[in-house]
Amino acid sequence: MLAPAVTAAALLSGCAGGVLDPQGPIGAGNRTILLNSLAVMLVIVIPTLIALLFFAWKYRASNTKARYDPEFTYSGRIELIVWSIPTLTILFLGGLIYYGSHALEPSRPIASERATLQIQVVSLDWKWLFIYPEHAIGTVNRLVIPTGTPIRFTLTSGSVMNVFFVPQLGSMIYVMNGMRSQLHLQADNPGVYYGQSAHFSGDGFSDMNFEVEALPPEEFATWTAAQRNAGGVLNAAAYQELARQSIDEPVRVFGHVQPGLFDAIVRQTLPPAPRPLATAAGPPPRPRGRLRGPRATRRSGPNEPNPTRPATATNRAKERIDDARKARLVRNSIP
Amino acid sequence: MLGKLDWSAIPFHEPIPLGAALVVFLAAVAVLGWITVKGYWSYLWNEWITSVDHKRIGVMYIVLAALMLLRGFIDAIMMRSQQVMAVHGPGYLPPEHYDQIFSAHGTIMIFFAGMPFVIGLMNFAVPLQLGIRDVAFPTLNSVSFWLTASGALLVNISLVVGEFARTGWLPYAPLSETTYSPGVGVDYYLWAIQISGVGTLLTGVNFVTTILKIRAPGMGYLRMPMFCWTSLAASLLIVAAFPVLTATLAMLTLDRYLGFHFFTNEAGGNQMMFVNLIWAWGHPEVYILVLPAFGIFSEIFSTFSSKPLFGYRSMVAATLFICIVSFMVWLHHFFTMGAGANVNAAFGIATSVIAVGTGVKIYNWLFTMYGGRVRFDTPMLWAMAFVTTFIIGGMTGVLLAVPPADFMLHNSLFLVAHFHNVIISGVLFGAFAGYTYWFPKAFGFRLHEGWGKAAFWATLAGYILVFAPLYIVGLKGMTRRLQHIEVDAWVPWLQIAAVGIVVMIAGAALQIVQLWVSIRDRESLRDETGDPWDGRSLEWSTPSPPPSFNYAHLPHVENEEPYWSIKQRAMEEQDPQEVEYEPIHMPRNSPTGFITAFFATLIGFALIWHIWWLAVAGFVGAYATFVVFAWRDRTEVEIPAEEVERIDRDSRATQLAWLRQRERVT
Repeated sequence: MLAPAVTAAALLSGCAGGVLDPQGPIGAGNRTILLNSLAVMLVIVIPTLIALLFFAWKYRASNTKARYDPEFTYSGRIELIVWSIPTLTILFLGGLIYYGSHALEPSRPIASERATLQIQVVSLDWKWLFIYPEHAIGTVNRLVIPTGTPIRFTLTSGSVMNVFFVPQLGSMIYVMNGMRSQLHLQADNPGVYYGQSAHFSGDGFSDMNFEVEALPPEEFATWTAAQRNAGGVLNAAAYQELARQSIDEPVRVFGHVQPGLFDAIVRQTLPPAPRPLATAAGPPPRPRGRLRGPRATRRSGPNEPNPTRPATATNRAKERIDDARKARLVRNSIP
Repeated sequence: MLGKLDWSAIPFHEPIPLGAALVVFLAAVAVLGWITVKGYWSYLWNEWITSVDHKRIGVMYIVLAALMLLRGFIDAIMMRSQQVMAVHGPGYLPPEHYDQIFSAHGTIMIFFAGMPFVIGLMNFAVPLQLGIRDVAFPTLNSVSFWLTASGALLVNISLVVGEFARTGWLPYAPLSETTYSPGVGVDYYLWAIQISGVGTLLTGVNFVTTILKIRAPGMGYLRMPMFCWTSLAASLLIVAAFPVLTATLAMLTLDRYLGFHFFTNEAGGNQMMFVNLIWAWGHPEVYILVLPAFGIFSEIFSTFSSKPLFGYRSMVAATLFICIVSFMVWLHHFFTMGAGANVNAAFGIATSVIAVGTGVKIYNWLFTMYGGRVRFDTPMLWAMAFVTTFIIGGMTGVLLAVPPADFMLHNSLFLVAHFHNVIISGVLFGAFAGYTYWFPKAFGFRLHEGWGKAAFWATLAGYILVFAPLYIVGLKGMTRRLQHIEVDAWVPWLQIAAVGIVVMIAGAALQIVQLWVSIRDRESLRDETGDPWDGRSLEWSTPSPPPSFNYAHLPHVENEEPYWSIKQRAMEEQDPQEVEYEPIHMPRNSPTGFITAFFATLIGFALIWHIWWLAVAGFVGAYATFVVFAWRDRTEVEIPAEEVERIDRDSRATQLAWLRQRERVT
């Protein structure tokens, strides 16, 4: 009654942007397993629902035609059926679970002719840092990926738990401080997809959404090349600054990311995010970027300027001072 | 002197909690004033607060649960309205307040609405169904109740003094560690749950002992009503699972208070350990709530179909099967933590295996109706709504047990819709059904049918309207606990859900009206016979309300449906004149529970605010109470035989006349 209605409504509305509208092989695989499992269960759920309503109606007290049989309290044959119907269903479903768990295990690489792209993900309070180790560039709250290319995400957290989730690409995964999660995803079609944290992480959690832009590989190459000339440098000092709690952080680009930064975060040689700005009595941190509203959904082509935060004079001055002070820390923390 | 407590703890700058607190405070003052003016204090103290009667304690549990249900429901209304109002905007609840609301909603609904409601019904009905006069440890039972009330009080104090946890209803580390939650919110959570958790554990011990050791003569295990079986299973789960909760929260407490590193980011702490431990308790907890509800529905399907429960032994087996397997599935709450394919597959299969036990139960209820005469009184309507919507919730649950599906739906609103689907239809509808079913037994008059049916239909319609859209919006990728919404495609569905919550408000209001109308018209709704539903188990053989000793003579049980067979024989051969009465010994009332809980509240409050001297004082007080109780001289009161006879004879005569009349009719 409810389930078919919900499924039908979901399918009819196209579910644009949802998990039933996957844009890559992992999402499509997950959806197939989901719909197959649903179908397997509906095969017994629908008849059971009908039987429940029919029996209740047929044997209503006012229906004098129905046979009253108060002695019918046990039947070995019915018991056998009653135990075997769910058992057989679960056996069938168990097969699906076993197959699905292995075929779509997040750490399992995606077979492809194209080389896998490595992306490192760090969740911070309350923003996402994406590092492209092969290109030594980084972005905040914006993930750009090439289409048709398997992507191997290595993820960690700079503070509390979060879940990295791009509904249209498929599987999500927890990110945890001091630990490294693995996730493989792939986008088949160019487009802009919505991503967010799926695990509550504090006051700024609701703004931990990010835009995932899937570009054709050649455009992606142009994009990575363009980033090298843009934005500041992400080294240990800049990371410490970035790791401070902030809400609704605007999109940023780092033209250079110090190699080994991600490993230093995982190994905790770079310490986790500092204490929150708020205390029990004091006010919480207010949004630092735009107040509210969706992030720019405009695709930034190779000819357009990239939406980066301009490095202000104050920022640059601060960076120089911090760099000098923390140079030793960087040397110690990054091999 | 007052630790961390000062005037800044009172949220003078936040109108919503302050206003709410003011309303609650004024209502409390009004109620207390009314009690004083009417001079009800001594009645309240002697008959209720210090009562160790399982029926009274059961009623008090349900009153507490109903109040907390309303509080949790107000939180739910605020969450639904916030998400509708905060599209590309801040809405009316800032994050730091919204976070407390959803944390409090979950905590209150599970610990202080669901658990007390279910335990209250167990308290009221199980001893009556077993044909006994009280539970194994009556004073301990009172302690359990008052400790639960103490926990509920602490959670509600956090509304005005300080803050509540901003971590979700399960305070996942490291967010709940002092680094990220330096305020008192998590401490309120910890001490409230620890104090009420002790109460719950003691209830579990009490009911396991009662059901295993004290039953009416002749009532073997396989003659116990289904509700007793499911209560036994739930109590066993409490005894096995609640120590895990206590230990887990104790470790988090050590982290927060004494700088330990069980779950911290630094110094070798492991946050995944918290997640594993909390769900090792958390999943059995689901069945602690829902198994007694299954028992209530079993009683109702059988009574209102005028048939014994179909496949009784199969039901017992399914209950115990669920009881055991529920301990082997906790990892399905975090398939997305990357445990690997084999681990995920094993826990996924174990989870779906539980559905076998539930499936068996559903088919047995179905065949209970087959060949019956089904009467659609309000309890049966709740049961039908349960069984049809619970199948859907169960199915989406099994869907979430399939790891690849969970990889896309974990922490989404699909998950939120799933667990509300099973908890509302299972636990809440079960609680409402049990409340309507046993209300005449407890108070001697029925609840008004018309208002009850109106409340039922409004609640059912509202519940479908709220949660069907949440399933869809979950499939559209919306995750839980968002304070504001940035995706336009979700908005229409959230608006439907908001309409649904308005319908649910109507349902709640109708239920309050039903209670009020029923109390007003109690004379016309009076249950003279003690058996308003044509019941089958022993509780219907006593008058409504039952005397404090339940049964003047302990019943002799000869089969699975003792009262039904008594009615069949219509007591023809039993002449009431020849019955002999003996004095009955009942446990003395004791203020131990209330005083212990008073000191426990002081301890909790003192520890939350680091008022160390008060914590010590509270501990000394609680210990002294325990010592005084342990050294008591008189433990029982004797009800003289004449008194028993006087109480029993009238009701026996009424009942006998009714049975003979019934015999002539049929």
